[in-house]
Order: sequence, then C-alpha cells, then structure tokens
Amino acid sequence: MAYTISASGLRKRYGDVAAVDGVSFDVEAGEFFGILGPNGAGKTTVLEIVEGLRRADGGEVSVLGLPPWPRNPRLLPRIGVQLQSSAFFERLTAREQLQTFGSLYGVPAARADAMLEMVGLTDKAGVQVEKLSGGQAQRLSIACALVHDPELVFLDEPTAALDPQARRNLWDVLAGISTEGRTIVLTTHHMDEAESLCDRVAIMDAGRILQLGAPAALVRGLDAPARVSVASGTLPVEDARALPAADEVADDGVSLVVSTRDPGAVVAALAAKDALAGVRIGGATLEDVFLELTGREYRA
Amino acid sequence: MSTYQSFTSLARAMLLGFRRDKGALFFTVLFPLMFLVIFGGVFGHQATAKVTVVAAGPVPLVDRAVAHDGDLAGTLKVVRAASRDAALKKVEKGDADAFVEQSGNALNVRYSVADQVKSGTARGLLSSIAQSANLAATGRPPAYTVTEAQVEDRSLKAIQFFTPSLLGWALASAGVFGASQTLVTWRTKGILRRLRLSPAPVPTVFAARVAVSLGIALVQFAVFVAVAHLPFFGLKLTGDWWLAIPTLMAGVLAFLGIGTLIGSWAKTQETAQLVGQLVVLPMAFLGGSFFPLDSMPGWMRAVSYVFPLRYLNQGMLDVMGRGLGPGSVLVPIAVLLGVALVTALLAVRVFRWDAA
Repeated sequence: MAYTISASGLRKRYGDVAAVDGVSFDVEAGEFFGILGPNGAGKTTVLEIVEGLRRADGGEVSVLGLPPWPRNPRLLPRIGVQLQSSAFFERLTAREQLQTFGSLYGVPAARADAMLEMVGLTDKAGVQVEKLSGGQAQRLSIACALVHDPELVFLDEPTAALDPQARRNLWDVLAGISTEGRTIVLTTHHMDEAESLCDRVAIMDAGRILQLGAPAALVRGLDAPARVSVASGTLPVEDARALPAADEVADDGVSLVVSTRDPGAVVAALAAKDALAGVRIGGATLEDVFLELTGREYRA
Repeated sequence: MSTYQSFTSLARAMLLGFRRDKGALFFTVLFPLMFLVIFGGVFGHQATAKVTVVAAGPVPLVDRAVAHDGDLAGTLKVVRAASRDAALKKVEKGDADAFVEQSGNALNVRYSVADQVKSGTARGLLSSIAQSANLAATGRPPAYTVTEAQVEDRSLKAIQFFTPSLLGWALASAGVFGASQTLVTWRTKGILRRLRLSPAPVPTVFAARVAVSLGIALVQFAVFVAVAHLPFFGLKLTGDWWLAIPTLMAGVLAFLGIGTLIGSWAKTQETAQLVGQLVVLPMAFLGGSFFPLDSMPGWMRAVSYVFPLRYLNQGMLDVMGRGLGPGSVLVPIAVLLGVALVTALLAVRVFRWDAA
C-alpha cells in the first residue's frame, strides 16, 4: 500500500463558492502533515472530505487504502479525529469522557487513566469537563481522539484560542504522539506551529493548494533576504549602506535594519566596527512564505 | 466491537449527565410533583364535598333523618344560626347552601342560585327527607325503590384523577425536552459529528437515549405513585394499575419522537425550548392534564383528540384511577405508538448531523 492519504482533484462547492477547488496531495505513513491557510481557505472542508464527513463534488480520495465516503465502519476504528474542545458529553468528568469514547471503540475502561497521564491530566481525572481550562479541555479532546490508538489522527486547529503557554504545552503533547509512528494531519493558521511540528505543509488559500513541501524548503525557496538589526544609533545610516553585502538599510529610530543575502559578511563587518549592540539576525519564516503567497491585505 | 458495550456506555453517559443536571431533575420530577401536591391538596376532598344547610329554629324532621341515615350524614350537614335573618345572610354569602325551617309538618327551604349545583343537591336531599317521612307515615313498605352506585370505584377522588394526568404532563415534558435538547446540544457541540466518526452504529446512539428516557419515566411513575399513596393524598390504585406501565412506555416513545423531530429541525437550543413549550403546554391543558376532559365544553373535547397526551392521560386514568381492564389501554397504546412512528420517520427526513 502506497500512501496513508491520497487525494486528487478534490472539489466542493457551497452555492456559488468553490470552497475546495482542485486539491491534490498525498500523505505518507508516519508523516506529520500540516494544512496551513487563512480562515475560509478551505482547510476544514478538505479535512472533512478526507475524514468522510462530507462527500466531495469531484475528485478521488482514499484513506488507508479505503474510500472514506460513505461512512465506512471498517475505516473508522483506524482513524482518530479531534474536534473543537467543546465536543464532550455534558457534566461528565475527564475520565468518564475517555471511558465513554473508548467504549465506542471497544477499548477497556482502564485505558482512560493511561490517556490522562499521556496528556498530563491525571490530577483532573475527576473534574467535570465544564470546569477544565481551555488548554486542559483541548488536551482532553486530543486524548479522546487517541483513546483507541488510531493509525491516523486528524487535528483541526487544536491550538486556536489558547494562550501562548498552553499552545507550547500542547505542541509538546503533539510532538509526543507523532513519535509513536502515527500519521498526523493538522490544520492551523499559526505559521510557527506548522514550522515547528510538521514534516510537510500545504499552504492553502481560496480553495487551492498554493505550495506544498517541507517548511524549511518552502522558506528557502522564497529566497528572501535575511535581516540584521542593531540598536538605532550604533552606526550612522550612511556607514551601514557602505557595508559589504548590504542590499537595503533602514533606521526606524529603534533599530537599524540591514537587509542582506549574506548575513555572515554583514555581521563580520559590524563586528570590525565594534557596532554589535543589540544585534539580531532574522531569517525568512514560513510567515513570509505565506504572506508572499496570499498577499498582505487584510481579509475579514 | 460490541454494540452492547457502546449502548450501555452511552446510556450511562446520558444518565450521569441527567442526574448531575439539577435543572432537568427539577423540571422532570419535582416540578410536576409540586403540582400534584397543590392540586391534590386543594381539590383533594371535593368529591366528598358536603352540602350545608342552615337552620335557625328546630327542624326535627331533618335532624331525625340525618341521625338515622349514615349516608345522608355523610353528605348533608346541618348548622345552626342565631336568627332567621342571620341564617338567610349565611345563604346569601355562600357559607351555607340552603336555609331550612320547619313549621308544623312543612319544610320551608330558601336557597341561592349562586351555586346551583350545591343548592340543587340541598333541595333534592331535603325533599327526599320529606318523601321518606311521608312513606314512613303510611306504615307500608315502599312500592318502588332506587338503588344506586357510582360507576367508578367509590374512592374516586381528585387524587385519582390528578396522579395519572399530571404524571402524563411530566412524561410529556421529559420526553419532548429531553430528546430535543439532547439532539440540539449534541449537534451544536459537535458530539453528533464525533459519534458519526466512531464505529458505533447510529441506531445504538438513539437506542441509548430511548432506554434512558424509559428509565427516567419509570422513576417518575414510581415517585408520583409513592407520593400520591401517602395517607394525606390517599391514592388507591385499582385492579390492573400495572397496565399504566406499558401505556406510559408507549407515551415516552411518542414524546421522544416529537422531541426528536423538534431537535432535528431546530438550529439553536432557544428555538428548541420555545417550540417544545408551544407543543407541551397547550397539549397539557387541552389533553386533560390539569382538569378532566369530561368538564370541558364539547368543542374543546373534540380538539383534545389531536393531542397524544390525551391518549396517555386517558389510558393511565382508566387503569390507575377507574379500575378498567386491559381493553381500555389498547387504543391509547396503539395511537401513541403510531405517533412515535410517524414523528420518527419525519425526524429522519429533517435530521442533520452538522450545525452548518
């Protein structure tokens, strides 16, 4: 068997809107695959088609070698889906949630505690879900998706609406589950998340995949200049323009920023002038790739 | 994959959620019970209500009749007033149902038309006293006699009516709101979607909800009957009262069907709540939960046939309160199962997994 997920030419229209407009991608076994895009890009619809919640208007998709539509009871035990953090039974404790979801897959109740430990919620086992914090609820919902030890896991914007600490904490959990040989598909609109977690990302906008590849390769492919910045006033602007390899120089009164294709040479020259106060070197990020591809204007 | 295991754990999850929901517990069990206590208390002794006649002077004819006839003593009560004027005032004010005085061999009765039923009863009783006295005066046995008995069990009191009919209302509320709220909540929260992505068969999910509702209904039944059985209320279950159980089960299915239909259609909890009220309240009033169908005007009684609750109330009343046999619940059960089937089929047509 070839790919864990194989999608080609997926299309889905809602009225006049082409939510998904010819999307093709393959995901290999054990891969951490990200689908990145702004709100309304069609990420969730693609995910829903692959999960078997929606039928594509056109195109082919197979998951673990099986068609996900119509509802396929042979496929379902092999995939895990994490939905919004609110998809819990009301007034049940964290442990009871896991036991209930587990029982739908024939998982013994004892596994609930192992899952709680995996996501660091052991001390919240007896707490009703309504009383969990956003981050705790999100970790529980991931545990619920993993309770039957699926080969393939879908995570739909797991870190949306979490504070920075909770996000980092969740990344650790996600990195942990991917080392167990699972295939993970994640949608997100956080570039840093995709960059640090995913083996490959597909950047989507307006129902299409604009670029697909490893985050580092996408950044490199952008061929964007690096930026070397020092504290403003460390060096006159004219002197900075004269530096070797300096393409562009700007001083906004806080920082003096030198754009360059050769940050090493610029830093060496600055060091020679003893002008390294507050130096920072910034490379292009996935965010630059994303903005380059989708444009910078704000879309509500 | 055990379907049975999915079923039991889903049912357990729903039951735990229900038991921990103070609001649901209150509205499905305590709230209707409060009505039972109030109605049972207020109307509890109406069926044996006495007729009061007031006398100012001596009325030996009446006194003797009441003293010798136990049945009469149970229905007719003679009180005294200081003067004729005071006695008439009592009748006017409604404190007594009739005024009686005896002059020689004549009984003189004065009454108010304010309560025609009671004053009519008083007049009837007083004339029958006179008739009996006339008959006794002849010294011959009566040529014609009337023996009478109530059609219902003699103990048919308000509680016999209110226990099954308020229980019917409680069951209707629990079924309609239970099903519609669960469905809408599960859809908006994404639990339906999550269940759809699990290998548990869809009918299992619904079967679990039905089982939980049937269980809750049996608890409601037990609590209602237990409270109504207290000496203060004095419910007496008649002959085949257990037939109320299959009847109420059919009722639960019908109301779950209605609730499922509402929950499949409604997008928000607020809508489901509102529509549920619009269905349940008129049905409770016109279906005979708060007052007997027999006391309704004809057109209202005709309208009542539209409401499934009417059949549940009638069926339960017949076997619990009136002592009728199995034949009396066959039609109600058939109608209720029919409602369940039709609403379930309609619900399948409008059902949606997703909020969008």
